[in-house]
Amino acid sequence: MQSSNLYQSFLIADCGTTGTSVILIEEHADTYSLMGRGEAPTTTEPPYEDVTVGLFNAIRHIEESTGKTFIDKQGGLQGVDAFLCTSSVGGGLQMMVAGLVRIMTAESAERAALGAGAMVMDVIAIDDGRIAPQKVQRMRELRPDAVLLSGGIDDGNIDNVLELTEQIASAKLRPELPVIFAGNIAAREQVSKILENRACLFFVDNVRPVLEVEVLEPAGREIHRRFLEHVVAHAPGYEKLAALTSAPILPTQGAIGYIIEDIAERFKQTVLGINIGDATTDVYSVFKSKLIRTVSGDLGLGTSISNSLKEAGYKKIARWLPFSMEEGEMRNRLRNKMLRQTTVAYELNELLLEHAVAKEVVRLAFEQHKGSVVGLRGVRRARDVGHIFDQSLSSDSLASLMDLDLLIGLGAIFAQAPRYDQALLILLDAIRPEGVTTLAIDQYSTASHLGMLSTLNREAAGEVFYNECLAYLGSAIAPVGDGESGEPCVEIALHTEKDTEQFAISVGSLTRLDIPQGIYRATIKPSKHFNVGKGPGRSLTTELVSGLCGIVVDTRGNLNHNDVHTWYEALNAYPLSKESDRQ
Amino acid sequence: MNNTNMLGLSITPNCLVRKVRRLPLPGDVLVKVGDTVSPETQIAYGEVPGYSVPVNIANKLALEAHQVEPVIIKRVGDTVKKGEALASIKTFFGLGQQIVPSPIDGTIESLSPHTGVVVLRSHPAPFWTYAHIHGRVAELIPHEGAVIETTAAFVQGIMGVGGERHGLLHVAVGSPAEVLDSDRITADMAGKIIVGGSLVTLGALQKAQRLGVVGIITGGINDIELGDFLGFDIGLAITGQENISLSVIITEGIGQIAMSDKTFSLLSSLQGNTASINGTTHIRSGVIHPEIIVPSDLDTPDESQAGTTALQVGANVRIIRNPHFGKAGRIVALPDDLHLAPSELMYKVALLELDDGEQIALPLANLVLI
Repeated sequence: MQSSNLYQSFLIADCGTTGTSVILIEEHADTYSLMGRGEAPTTTEPPYEDVTVGLFNAIRHIEESTGKTFIDKQGGLQGVDAFLCTSSVGGGLQMMVAGLVRIMTAESAERAALGAGAMVMDVIAIDDGRIAPQKVQRMRELRPDAVLLSGGIDDGNIDNVLELTEQIASAKLRPELPVIFAGNIAAREQVSKILENRACLFFVDNVRPVLEVEVLEPAGREIHRRFLEHVVAHAPGYEKLAALTSAPILPTQGAIGYIIEDIAERFKQTVLGINIGDATTDVYSVFKSKLIRTVSGDLGLGTSISNSLKEAGYKKIARWLPFSMEEGEMRNRLRNKMLRQTTVAYELNELLLEHAVAKEVVRLAFEQHKGSVVGLRGVRRARDVGHIFDQSLSSDSLASLMDLDLLIGLGAIFAQAPRYDQALLILLDAIRPEGVTTLAIDQYSTASHLGMLSTLNREAAGEVFYNECLAYLGSAIAPVGDGESGEPCVEIALHTEKDTEQFAISVGSLTRLDIPQGIYRATIKPSKHFNVGKGPGRSLTTELVSGLCGIVVDTRGNLNHNDVHTWYEALNAYPLSKESDRQ
Repeated sequence: MNNTNMLGLSITPNCLVRKVRRLPLPGDVLVKVGDTVSPETQIAYGEVPGYSVPVNIANKLALEAHQVEPVIIKRVGDTVKKGEALASIKTFFGLGQQIVPSPIDGTIESLSPHTGVVVLRSHPAPFWTYAHIHGRVAELIPHEGAVIETTAAFVQGIMGVGGERHGLLHVAVGSPAEVLDSDRITADMAGKIIVGGSLVTLGALQKAQRLGVVGIITGGINDIELGDFLGFDIGLAITGQENISLSVIITEGIGQIAMSDKTFSLLSSLQGNTASINGTTHIRSGVIHPEIIVPSDLDTPDESQAGTTALQVGANVRIIRNPHFGKAGRIVALPDDLHLAPSELMYKVALLELDDGEQIALPLANLVLI
């Protein structure tokens, strides 16, 4: 077998619950490019019950567009050096996580499971406020695909680890249940005895060998192995699919994490990625060089759309609509969308309603995410005189919007938005970036495919993702502070090759700086009550990206939603007629 | 990507229905192949193991874990009653006694020498599975249940609430476009499954439940009223476990939407027959739709009545999203070119002639066959 760096062509598939997409990557003249893309419905349900039927249907679309043949007569693949695959069929690997202290070892284990792309159904801890029978009952109700058991630093507490182990044993789930033990190595022998004939045990390095260190990779690798076994055993046709692949199938969400991590590492930036799906919304972030993924399990735009309405509330969604809609009407429309997820927005008002829900989904998912982006808790920190005025706690979120460099929208709602400005507004309105942030979208929904490719050929994955798939919408400048509408807020000096363009923006507006695409050196001077990253009134000199939406200056501050029509018009985001759409 | 729900839902007058009736845990099967069964027939019986309750004896008696075993009164496998002593120690130089009482009726499952914890298990609870439909036992599933087979009319709904119910079918409206309101619900409908038209009102649902109606089949329902009836709003469509005494099956969608002529005439033709319904709905991977099964006297299923399964010129369709939500029409053309919608999205469309003669182009993804 040739070295993966010598591979010149790849077919990469992502099998989702409803759809399967495949991309073709080829190298020509030392450059890797996206040469084709095909989609077809996933075929794990009756009457097909074979995932490869949908896969081959998607590949046939690429065959039609490229004139090449990839499916051979024996039902195998030909014409490419490697075939890779990610999968989220059936929601992926549904795990339960257990640890001693909720905010310490249990939290580390949860991060390991989420980072590896698993769905975490519940986190059990000695101090989670539930009594043992409740936890045992919960395990039996949820019937997890696998359990990640952590607890105790190495050579530390054993008794409580064994107590948790006994609870898992008491649940009598099934003898073949994979239990990954990533806790105190001194407890392994006794854990093994307790779970004998009750579960299938796998030992990996402790996720918290000492309090000050978190080691997530070994647990993550074992989760990937269990994921592969699980999908092959439970999803129709996966045995055939696995036989076609050149590397083990990865969870879709784990693969997206790889590409987000790669961006952060490659460009030395803090990154936030939001992936809105039918059923769930995943948020990925890299702050302080650490990838954190959270899943908002019941927030989405398809099967979960009515739950998204329930969580956000009618008023929060209605405030983004430039027309009025009664609660009953909204509920009926969204419930019908939930029941028939593949229906599409034909009318503008339907599209606006979907985008309004998307904004609330992103807002809620990010709120949940912020609570998880924290330093290692339970660690004793050395403090000296220099820390006297530092009031930050390890439980404070590290997801500081003022520190965020790149915000990426992933998923169909961004990729299929008829105008780029709509994608930009979803991100801007939902996240409310602060200071200077670059906004981008995964315009062909290839993040999972290329994340998968990055495990085999990082350079090729990066080349294709950054050059072809990541669409830069532009920089958003959002000064933070207080001021009356109409007062001066920020001055921007944009340095071009020939001269300097000056812009003065007042408080309370959303403004597009319509300048040619490119990267510009700029000096941003906020007025004395506003901050763009250097402190109130202090200038910031930085690079700005004028992207597909130019550069956007958001001085709206606390939003007055009566102005929603004005905002949409300011960016020409929707084809709104003047008065009729306000009715 | 868009044709996964184009096939619509099953509406079949006469087909072979096979229902797997299985216990959630292994037990005893009570029927044999060839037995004739009715909805109330017990198919299998089992006992669910009791829940476990750990009791930390070491903590309660302030002992080290290794000191616990000698003070335990009961042994693994013993039965205990609630309040009965599990362990005891002497106090005050042997003058007093401290005991640890059992918090439940059950048996001693284990004693851990590592933690000093005794795990108790409550007594098992019995459970059954019933046939749910009239039919014949076609196959046994050892220790779990059986497969029941019948020739029946089979209709799937789009969404439902409430679990398995059976009763005589009674059509309470004159046409599929009529609203089923409380005035149409009468005392003689107790124990029956009522067929409505385009909408069931909250008043009708509440009165039907009060009078002992066991099921309602309707074209549509307003989401707010469904929430008011249940006492909570459904978030995810994972239903079937609601605490209600009647099941509701919605055949077309949410809002006021006339039941399809095909469904309405089929159910009308079956008035007076016993129907078995199940409102359980799972809208997620492994989708489950609510269903109506009405066994017939015919011995042989006629699968040829399945009809067309493709959106083609001449097909009768229902529009399942705005604009024109709920209206029915006929496909008169299927243009090859993509169509630019007012939302600025591009779609493959069908040219439809609505029942009132109007012609419109709408995305294929927003149509289902009726």
